[in-house]
Order: sequence, then C-alpha cells, then structure tokens
Amino acid sequence: MTRKFLVLSLLFSVVLLNFSSVSFAAGMEAEEGKEDPTEFIMHHIKDSHEWHFVTVGHTHITLPLPVITYASDRGFEFYNSSDFQDPQTHKFGKEFAHNGIYIDDHDHLGRADGASILDFSITKNVVMLFLVIAFVLYISISAARHYQKNGAVAPKGVASFVEPIVIFVRDEIALKSIGPKYKKFVPYLLTLFFFIWTGNLLGLLPGAANLTGNIAVTCTLAMITFVIVNVNGNKNYWKHVFATPGVPAALLPIMVVVEFIGLFTKPFALMVRLFVAITAGHIVILSFIALVFIFESYSIGILSTIMVASINIIELLVATIQAYVFTLFSAMYIGGAVAEHEHDDHH
Amino acid sequence: MDLIIPSAGLIFWQLFGFLALLFILVKFAWKPMLASLAEREASIDGALKLAEQARNEMANLKVENEKLLQEARLERDVILSKAHDASLKMIEAAKSESSKQGALLIASAKAVIETEKKAALTEVKNQVALLTLEVTEKLLRKKLGDDKAQVELVDQFIKDLKLN
Repeated sequence: MTRKFLVLSLLFSVVLLNFSSVSFAAGMEAEEGKEDPTEFIMHHIKDSHEWHFVTVGHTHITLPLPVITYASDRGFEFYNSSDFQDPQTHKFGKEFAHNGIYIDDHDHLGRADGASILDFSITKNVVMLFLVIAFVLYISISAARHYQKNGAVAPKGVASFVEPIVIFVRDEIALKSIGPKYKKFVPYLLTLFFFIWTGNLLGLLPGAANLTGNIAVTCTLAMITFVIVNVNGNKNYWKHVFATPGVPAALLPIMVVVEFIGLFTKPFALMVRLFVAITAGHIVILSFIALVFIFESYSIGILSTIMVASINIIELLVATIQAYVFTLFSAMYIGGAVAEHEHDDHH
Repeated sequence: MDLIIPSAGLIFWQLFGFLALLFILVKFAWKPMLASLAEREASIDGALKLAEQARNEMANLKVENEKLLQEARLERDVILSKAHDASLKMIEAAKSESSKQGALLIASAKAVIETEKKAALTEVKNQVALLTLEVTEKLLRKKLGDDKAQVELVDQFIKDLKLN
C-alpha cells in the first residue's frame, strides 16, 4: 500500500515537474525574493523574544512574549515583545526602540544610551522550558500518585510507563555507575533523564522550540552535574586530582594541571554533546525542508518529505540516546567522585 | 540570540526552573515512588522466600508422612500376624479342649449306660426270676395235681437237661 503510493506519487511528480517549477517559481518570485535557507534554519534553532509559528501570505502568526529587563539604575521592567518590533513584518530592530530599550535584528536586547542591561525575558525557550517542566511534573506526579493511592502494587496507566524507566535509571545507570552510594543520586538522575528526554522529544514537534539544543540549557545542566560531582567528591577523588597516585614527583605539576583541567572538561563535554546532537538533528531536518523552498519542485518535495520522516525517526532514537548518555555520564562522574577504592589500574 | 554563546537570561530561567522541578519531583514523585518500588520488591522477595520455605516444609512433611505410613504398615503387619497366631493357638486349644471334654463325656456316659444297663439287667433278672417263681408255683400247683403229670414233667426236665 505504502509502496504503491510512493511509486504513484513519484510518477506524478515527474509529470508535473516541468510546469510546476515554472508556475510556482513565478509565484514565489513575485514576493520579496526567496528566503535565505540559513536564515530560515537558524531562526528555528535559536532562541527568540517571540514565538513565531507560521506565516500565511504576509500575516505572521506569532505569540508575543514578555520582555523582562534589569538595569542597575532602572530596576526590573516588564514589556511585551511586540513593543519592540514592526507590527507588520514582526522584525526587531534598533529603530523600534521603546522606552530607551531596543531588541536588535539579532534578537539582542540593548539600551539606546549604551548602558548595560540584563535580559530576563520569557523567551521562546523559557516558555518551552515551562512546558517541558509541566509535562514532566504531570507524568511523574500522576505516576507517583498511583503508588500513593494503591500502595506498593503492580503499575497501571502512566505508572506502567514511568516505572520501567525509573527502574532502568536506578538499576542500570545509578547502581552500575555509582556503586553502593547510589541511592542519594537516583532522584537527580531521574529528573535529569526525564527533563532531557521530554525536552528532546517535544523539541521535535513542528513549531516547538529547540530547548535541549540550546547551549545555555545544556550548560546549566552540565553545571549542576559539575556542582554535584565536586560537592560530593571524597578524599580519594581530590587526592586523585592533586596528588595522582603512581605518578613520579617530577611529573606531578603537569599532572595536577591536566587533572584540574579535567574537572572542567567533563561537564564541558556533557554540555557540548547534548547541544550538538540535538541542534545537528534539527539542522538536518530543517535542511531537507529548506530544499523544498530552494528547488520548488514536487519531486524534491516528496523526496525531502521521505528524508525528513526517516530522520525524524532517527531523531526519536537520538532524543532517547542523548538523554540516556547525559544521565549515564553524570552518574559516572558522580561515581568517580564518591568511589572508595583507588583507581590505580586506570592510569 | 546567539547559537553558541549561552544567554544569561535563559541560564537563569533554566537553573531556576530545573531546580524547582528537581525539588518538586524529589519530594512528590521520586521519593514516594522509589519507596513504593523498594517496598514492593521487598514484599515480592519475602513472598518468594515464603513460598520456597512452604515448598520445603511440604516436601519434609511428605517424607515424614511416608515414613509414618511405612511404620504404620509394618506395625499393622506385625499385629496381624500376631493376631493370626493367637487365633490359631486359640482354635487349637479350643479344639483339644473340646475333644478332651467330649472324650470325658463319652466315657462317663458310657459308664453311666453300663451301670444303668447292669442295674436294668439285674432288675429284669430279678423280675424274671420272680415271675418264673410265680408261674412255676402256679403251674406246679395246677399241673402237679396228678402223678402222671409229675412224672412227665420230670422226664421233660431230664430231656432238656440232656439236650443242654
């Protein structure tokens, strides 16, 4: 059935190919020129002060978001993102400054007088963050409620979806990577896994924000892991950093520097890995979609749709794997910090 | 907004949001959930152990029952054989006793019969003798009225004597 449909649609597109490219291209060029695909992709990947869903003709359907600013001399101020943009084109720019504050065409907030100002706006990604948090709260608390209501019984409903993941994180990630002291860290690892996984999956929805592919988000998560690792680091861990066992005294100064840098490269790797994996996936999907606008032909449209669909399936996998990997590596770093035995055999 | 430079605002919100999420989930989701899971696992473990124990007990009980049964069977056999012997003995004893009694009875009966017979015979003899005497007397009175008859009788007697 699917195969027949694919073959038919391909044939159909080949027949239509000639005049379609002429007529539709003509229609498009009548507008203000083709959209730059890089601009198109970056617009979807980056954060923004407003949530742009779709453009129908010349009408932009957007969700204006709150802009919250802080300046030492002015305190906190609240605006609407539509205060800073052209009402027709929805473009931000210095020329649309409002109350001495502007958002430039790169979506940066600034002050007309050049003084420094902090941007605490509820941006597209912050809204997405709240959605992800609400979603995670909903599923985990309704799962937990099942046990509170029915006692320690077999799972049902949402609980039967959440429970295997909880057991997996507890037994396969926490217990195996951290060892006997794993219990204290299971709640953090669970939260981390559910947050990243939900963020990754919701980010794949059309029109959604690229939350877990944002460097600020991955950076924050990596920082929290970094803090947990180093706060819980025991004597062995610090001895390993500042007096690595089995290293000749002459090499110790170099090793201390290397190990000290190593403290920071671990969270840095966490940050970059998640950011790159998710952002790259989005870029690939959007690139295939952009092909449609570049070539403006049915055959490319069908091909890129097939490609987008297959890459979306891969992205579902990546979403899960990246959530797993971030959680696993966090657990391993914590495990390294709280382990009792010496790691002589590793170095 | 930039692609690879983290923006302070988003870091703030992410930190705030994630820590709030962590706090709420730890308190209201993970702690109760992990506790229930641990409790359930413990109860399953306990139930399995109990089942194992029960199974072992059953097996022990079965062996014991078998043993008891075997013992009972042996005892029964012993009792049966003893009873058989006893009955045989009793029958034997009864038999010999009864035969003895019979013999005694028969012997005494025989003796009684003998004495009775003898007594009866004596009685009969006496009666016969008496009768004979009376008959003889009467006959003699009647017949021996004349001499001829006396002589004939004597002859008769003599003949009889000779014949005897």
